[in-house]
Amino acid sequence: MPSIDILPARAASITQAGQPGAAVRCGQTSVAGSVSQRACVFCGARVVLYPIADALHLVHGPIGCAAYTWDIRGAQSSGPQLHRNSFSTDLQELDVIYGGEGKLERALTVLIARHQPKAAFVYSTCIVGVIGDDVGAVCKRVAAATGIPVLSVASEGFKGTKKDGYRAACEAVYTLIGTGDTTGISPLSINLLGDFNIAGETWIVRDYFQRMGVEVVATITGDGRVDDIRRCHGAKLNLVQCAGSMTHLARKLRDEHGIPFLKVSFFGLEDMSAALYDTARHFGDPALMERAKAIVRDEVERVYPELRRYKEQLLGKKAAIYVGGAFKAFSLVRALRTLGMTTAIVGTQTGDKDDYAQLREMCDAGTVIVDDSNPLELAKFCLEKDVDLFIGGVKERPIAYKLGIGFCDHNHERKEALAGYVGMLNFAREVYASCCSPVWQYMPRRAGGAA
Amino acid sequence: MLNGTTAEIVERKALRINPAKTCQPIGAMYAALGIHGCMPHSHGSQGCCSYHRSHLTRHFKEPVMATTSSFTEGASVFGGMANLTQALRNIFSIYSPEIVAVHTTCLSEVIGDDIPTIVRKAQEEGSIPEGKIVIHANTPSFVGSHVYGFSNMVMAMVNYLSEKTGTTRNQVNIIPGFVEPADMREIKRLAAALGADIVMFPDTSNVLDGPLTGQYKMYPEGGATVAQIRSAGDSIATIALGHFAAHVGAATLESKCNVPAAFLELPIGIGATDRFIDTLRNYAGVQVPAAVELERGRLVDLMSDLHQYFHGRRVAVSGDPDQVIALTQLLLELEMKPVYAITGSPGNQFEKRMHELLDGPVPNARIKQTADLFELHQWIKREPVDLLIANTYGKHIARVENLPFVRFGFPILDRTSHRFNPTVGYVGAMNLINQMLNALLDKKDRECAEEWFELVQ
Repeated sequence: MPSIDILPARAASITQAGQPGAAVRCGQTSVAGSVSQRACVFCGARVVLYPIADALHLVHGPIGCAAYTWDIRGAQSSGPQLHRNSFSTDLQELDVIYGGEGKLERALTVLIARHQPKAAFVYSTCIVGVIGDDVGAVCKRVAAATGIPVLSVASEGFKGTKKDGYRAACEAVYTLIGTGDTTGISPLSINLLGDFNIAGETWIVRDYFQRMGVEVVATITGDGRVDDIRRCHGAKLNLVQCAGSMTHLARKLRDEHGIPFLKVSFFGLEDMSAALYDTARHFGDPALMERAKAIVRDEVERVYPELRRYKEQLLGKKAAIYVGGAFKAFSLVRALRTLGMTTAIVGTQTGDKDDYAQLREMCDAGTVIVDDSNPLELAKFCLEKDVDLFIGGVKERPIAYKLGIGFCDHNHERKEALAGYVGMLNFAREVYASCCSPVWQYMPRRAGGAA
Repeated sequence: MLNGTTAEIVERKALRINPAKTCQPIGAMYAALGIHGCMPHSHGSQGCCSYHRSHLTRHFKEPVMATTSSFTEGASVFGGMANLTQALRNIFSIYSPEIVAVHTTCLSEVIGDDIPTIVRKAQEEGSIPEGKIVIHANTPSFVGSHVYGFSNMVMAMVNYLSEKTGTTRNQVNIIPGFVEPADMREIKRLAAALGADIVMFPDTSNVLDGPLTGQYKMYPEGGATVAQIRSAGDSIATIALGHFAAHVGAATLESKCNVPAAFLELPIGIGATDRFIDTLRNYAGVQVPAAVELERGRLVDLMSDLHQYFHGRRVAVSGDPDQVIALTQLLLELEMKPVYAITGSPGNQFEKRMHELLDGPVPNARIKQTADLFELHQWIKREPVDLLIANTYGKHIARVENLPFVRFGFPILDRTSHRFNPTVGYVGAMNLINQMLNALLDKKDRECAEEWFELVQ
């Protein structure tokens, strides 16, 4: 494999664990001309709000932004499926010239009358930011006319990175919070923030907390419901799973409603258990801690024998991780360790300086750490480190396969729940099935025993 | 629970529900991938590029490369010149493509970036290495659809690259339209079987259906080379397959280089394939070999064996305009009844041509351009059909209405047949007939009363 160069402008965004050097540069828009794996502000807002299943989601812009985000995430709903439709104003040339406010207002009015949603979110796309539609004013008028909250999401694609989209989503959701009745909410109560219920993961996690005796008031971003969100300020603690997307909302709830929050992760035995213990410790109720311990004991016992069998097969194999948020990367590094695997490359789309400092700390020496990477870089590092597994999203999968490397989707296209204890077992099974698939023996690099 | 559709139809002017189209840039990106050694470049926010690459990857299950100008707030105020210039410099210095194909987005169109001027300045500054090429297409997302984006990029290939030297080459150009790599491969196979020399552009076979080698190639083996597209100006003739995706490119070549063009439809079904073969045979001055006649014979044989299963079946079709127009003819060859036919793309030729095709055999057919799947679903609710043919997004309707469903067109996100089975040519027709028969009979076998459950069909 000929050596592949790194864009000079990218060098500051790449480092290695166990080596001295400056902090990883991050949090910037991608270098113009790079094959970035990242998306935009709109994408960030859309993914966070999408799982609110009884709300109407209307994309205000030309058709593409609505088409590419139509029912592509497995964020499951136990009830309404309204969010799986694609609603858009499909702006045309004349709308761009004369403005799209009238169209937006008519679209909202028709949709709200037909579907009777609990709330409506209106997403601004790039073009809306340029033609200057006053989306906020339209939302206000329609809200007054229909009696439901109609929320403007300031998600023009070019106004920052995906992270800014998360923030826009948090701002929109926040306007709902505090408008519902909180009577009857238990003093032992939480909200789950930043779990998207992909493949039903929120249901798995919620079940653990309910068995502990903790009331789950709102699962805001997974199987979310408007009425739960309206009263979620009555909960006594917020658990933030996807720190990148939801810390902003958690901070607002802390500062303005006095609700503390904990950053947690539900991936891997260690992190899932830590989430349960941290919650019990927070409430300071010994009985709660006893129940948490019992759950951890039972659940770990149930999955451990099979996990051990996978570990024997996977011992010493090397993985590359490229995911959206750093918190997930932390969990994956630990979960891979549980399986006897090492992390040779780890990168994220939205990590910050502290995240990368922590990755440097927790990874083995020599692990490549990279922000906002691109396919050439990823391919280069994968071959140099000769990894056996790639963990990433939709755009990384075919690259891994072309290199003859196993793959696990830890993004929104995963089909198996990977959270919680049962999720760890699913993860192990998926990693094993892909890493150790007989298909790789037909790949030239592995054929004939060559390394 | 996915059944959010109501049978009652209300006139909609401001609202698109469950679209049967997407935006221009993705079509331009797909077309550009059909040039060998080409890096498609999206001049807009980085989200556009990311969405297009993800969407194409979900359809082809292949790496899809493209770069972005990564617009920021500053670019949207001061213009994207600095971004594009920097991008071109970076792309050539690190990814070293032969050619960069720039397409615009809604954002760069509205702020009014003048791409040729920016590229010329970049050239003067030395940001574009000697011998390397930059072409561009304007692809505003608020005009047309992904099909127009494809067509515009094909036109850009002709405008920028094709040249007439004065020495005619004994070759025929084929512009294949917005079809699968498997279809492009099939067109090349047929041409080779005829012994006709062709230049096909774009050509995504061996780009988006590459083998697993253990190597990652940013620029796979396939794609029409710049030299081939250049030589298209010296060809005997151009065959353009599809009014919406291919005809503009051929017309441009006709007026620029005086290469006569045959404006055909996609060769789906027996009649359209006959016309394609006949046109190619005439231009290339070759005979149709026995092998191709045998293929045709096997298709006719298959149609005769199975025609009783298709006769009179009511079909709903959704797809890109060229595909729907062509497929409708195959359905009519089987005496099926395409009672509903929609496309999400605008353009009057669709309804005009569909009426020509259907007014006789299916006088009450509903035909609509700029339609969406929500409306098609409403029609189906009011009067059901026996079969639905659409891209993956038809599956919601198929599930709710319990319809046999054949996936056809772009995108197909949940099945793989399109990756290796063409729908064009005699072989493509056999493949489509096979899929339709399976869909119809699978439903019957699953649901019919035991006394009607038959081993032999």
